[in-house]
Amino acid sequence: MTTKTSTQRRGALGSSALRPDGIPKVQGRFAFSSDAWADSMLWGATLRSPHPHARIVSIDVSGALAINGVSAVITAKDVPGQLTYGLIASDQPVFASEMVRYAGEPVAAVAADHPETARRALDAIRVDYEVLPPLVDAEDAISGSFPAIHPDGNVIRRQRIIRGDQSFVGDVVVEGYYDVGMQDQAFLGLEAALALPDDAGGGVELFVATQWLHEDQKQIAACLDLPIEKVRLTLGGVGGAFGGREDISLQVHCCLLALTTGRPIKMQYGREESFFGHIHRHPARIFMRHHADWDGTLRRVEARVVLDGGAYASTSSAVLINAVTHMQGPYKCEMATVDGYAVRSNNPPCGAMRGFGVVQACFAHESQMDKLAAACGLDPVDIRLKNAMRTGDRLITGQVMDSVAPVERCIRETAAIPLPEPLPADPDPLLIPGGAGLTARRGNITRGIGWGVSIKNLMYSEGFDDYATARCRLANGVATLQFATAEVGQGFVVLAQQIARTVLGVDTVLLEPISTAIGSAGSTSASRQTWMSGGAVDGACRLVRERLFEHVAATHHVDPLRLVIDGTDVVDSMGTLRVTVTEASKDLTFDETFEHHHRATEELDENGQGNCHVAFAFVAHRAVVDVDTELGLVKVVQVATAQDVGRVLNPLAALGQVEGGIAQGLGLAVMEEIVLENGRMRNPSFTDYLLPTALDAPEVVVSMIEEPEPQAPLGAKGIGEPPCISVTPAIVAAIRQATGKELPRVPVRPHDIVFG
Amino acid sequence: MSNEIYRLTVNGIEHEVKDAWAGESLLYVLRERLGLPGTKGACEQGECGSCTVVMDGEAVCSCLVMAATAVDADITTVEGLSLDGEPTDVQQSFVEAGGVQCGFCTPGLIVAVHHLLDRNPSPDELAIKEAISGNICRCTGYGRIFAAVERARDQRRAMQAK
Repeated sequence: MTTKTSTQRRGALGSSALRPDGIPKVQGRFAFSSDAWADSMLWGATLRSPHPHARIVSIDVSGALAINGVSAVITAKDVPGQLTYGLIASDQPVFASEMVRYAGEPVAAVAADHPETARRALDAIRVDYEVLPPLVDAEDAISGSFPAIHPDGNVIRRQRIIRGDQSFVGDVVVEGYYDVGMQDQAFLGLEAALALPDDAGGGVELFVATQWLHEDQKQIAACLDLPIEKVRLTLGGVGGAFGGREDISLQVHCCLLALTTGRPIKMQYGREESFFGHIHRHPARIFMRHHADWDGTLRRVEARVVLDGGAYASTSSAVLINAVTHMQGPYKCEMATVDGYAVRSNNPPCGAMRGFGVVQACFAHESQMDKLAAACGLDPVDIRLKNAMRTGDRLITGQVMDSVAPVERCIRETAAIPLPEPLPADPDPLLIPGGAGLTARRGNITRGIGWGVSIKNLMYSEGFDDYATARCRLANGVATLQFATAEVGQGFVVLAQQIARTVLGVDTVLLEPISTAIGSAGSTSASRQTWMSGGAVDGACRLVRERLFEHVAATHHVDPLRLVIDGTDVVDSMGTLRVTVTEASKDLTFDETFEHHHRATEELDENGQGNCHVAFAFVAHRAVVDVDTELGLVKVVQVATAQDVGRVLNPLAALGQVEGGIAQGLGLAVMEEIVLENGRMRNPSFTDYLLPTALDAPEVVVSMIEEPEPQAPLGAKGIGEPPCISVTPAIVAAIRQATGKELPRVPVRPHDIVFG
Repeated sequence: MSNEIYRLTVNGIEHEVKDAWAGESLLYVLRERLGLPGTKGACEQGECGSCTVVMDGEAVCSCLVMAATAVDADITTVEGLSLDGEPTDVQQSFVEAGGVQCGFCTPGLIVAVHHLLDRNPSPDELAIKEAISGNICRCTGYGRIFAAVERARDQRRAMQAK
């Protein structure tokens, strides 16, 4: 073989290949789902309950239908098929009929000739509600003191983890309560879709921004009482997701309006409606007690975890499993007593958001590790190094950690990143807490440093086979890939091209539209698409390469097993044959489809024991903050991180995932929270729900830990979720160090710092 | 809906708007009536900057401008930054520096960065941060966006130095 390796090729794996949708996106030519448009289309809009808990006495739509320009009004009685949907349990009504269970629940939808006509039509619908007291305290759901608010009951799932000596008491015991507020995904591209009815009215085509086309298809078809193949989905450009598009929002409403009117229907939420229209990160209350030896060796964790799932189940049961099974953090721990609840309430429904249950667990276990360090006289780095999990250790579920587990290396490499310069005596106001508000006095600013380390499972768990499908065609030196993998911004489209270039030695890789015309790719979530859809694309390309080699071997009378791709050529590794891939595939088409399945997992038993997860990734974060102790304002100065990524497939895209995740974790640490008052959202807008801006972005210093994962098709672990998990406790730990306050909840608010 | 007709000058081209409801924002008219969907809407409150356009030399949130009041203005949208279809230096920098993920905030940012560099060809790091602090990005954490702006700035400087 020659010494030239394929990874040196432009656009191959390992290079910072540029995304194929980049130029259209910067020019404003990329079609997001909100840009979809059809001749003679109507606008759909949704009427939502203003009450968190009420009985619907009557609905009168006649006033809306009387408005000129209104074509249809639909309610629950117009749903032809299943009246409910849901990702795990089908418990959420398409439209509320008898009861409304959260403020913002859909009650009716209209189709009209203009968005303003549609808005007026919603105003003209008369709904008579009998308002009921809402269940808003998760403990009331657990205690049974509140009547069931749903036929499925008020506890969505309870899961215990019981491992080892249940009466063990450590030399050192530390404990505390920790609270996590409700975070919003706040993707920029609002929910939007365009539904086109078939001419005969027997089917519908939907262009929609979603994370999982086939799951949407299944749920929509059931509600519409149509065969699966009569509901065809194509991915409309997705403006971010972060878990918030895993559940159905407007999909069924939009399709049903199209079938009812026989006209194309466009639906598009505004920002306020988006807060009501998708699920959020579960608020959590966690009690934790850590037991350790005098020297800081962690022996036993106890925890009680309560997640408020809101009105409908969504993915609450899976989020709970993630929280309880990650409760010990990235540390070896032989004994555990964990009791977890995901409950139903009349708060807004909660489900998937980047980090998926582990964010909540991590805030608790990392806060505890700092308490343990203090109690044992160790510093935050030493206690974490002392307990760092290694490959071969057992989790508290009994599962053996057989992923690459470079926890110690993540911590050491993070610690080796230089700290930022001290705050100058006369800093630019934009660089200190309060920023352009010019509120901070230099003398009130204190600097703090904090640590967080985390473990995150990859892919779906508990026996679920979330496989991915991809198809590759090679003709005349051009590869064409087809998959249903939702591109939500993460860059799978460029990764897929890189894989094909590397495996097949082609330069030109075309992508078919992302749609249900091919088998499922599973969800773009759980840090799984690089591994799963990457594995599927790799598999399909390898099958095509086999066929190509067989053809070349037959033509040139050589052994196909001796053929390899070198650059853009097929070469005989034992001889002199060298033919370009373009020449070798001239006037031929090789067409192969491949499904990638990860290894099987198990459900947990009643004691929370079982091999329920596929694989794991790790990360360490160190945060440096400046705090204005007088006004309680925080400026995050620097975040240093070393992340276990397996292998970097695209350095630029990987860095973007890490930096973006850190910003979201920063948001949860110091600014982002949906504020609820008796079940009602108080801040469903970008004026009142604060997101990190360019001036809030800290310096981020990243070290990628590359130890290829043998289980992973490309050696690469998923990298999307870990960045946002332990950065939150790291920032809070830094604020604690700066202020001496306990700060047991996130986000940390100014009054927590000043009065806490 | 109104029978009145008004005219908007967008990217140097005069458009006639008819049968429009007087309450329509400039953002809505650009996207839904003039066939210019490059400008995005994400908050409708002037908080996120996704709908940034330049009006008479000022960067504005088109969601906060009533279209019918913009009749005498010279409006530039993301589609009008390059009239020959080739990406501008800023657009090319965003792609090459990794400043684009989902891309929804991108058109507004591109307009804002052009506006910045046209006014101030040599912004330092803080000036860049301040200039785009009204453009929220949820994907990137801003690091690659800063890199993109610095790249475009440095390329313009190098061009001028020649």
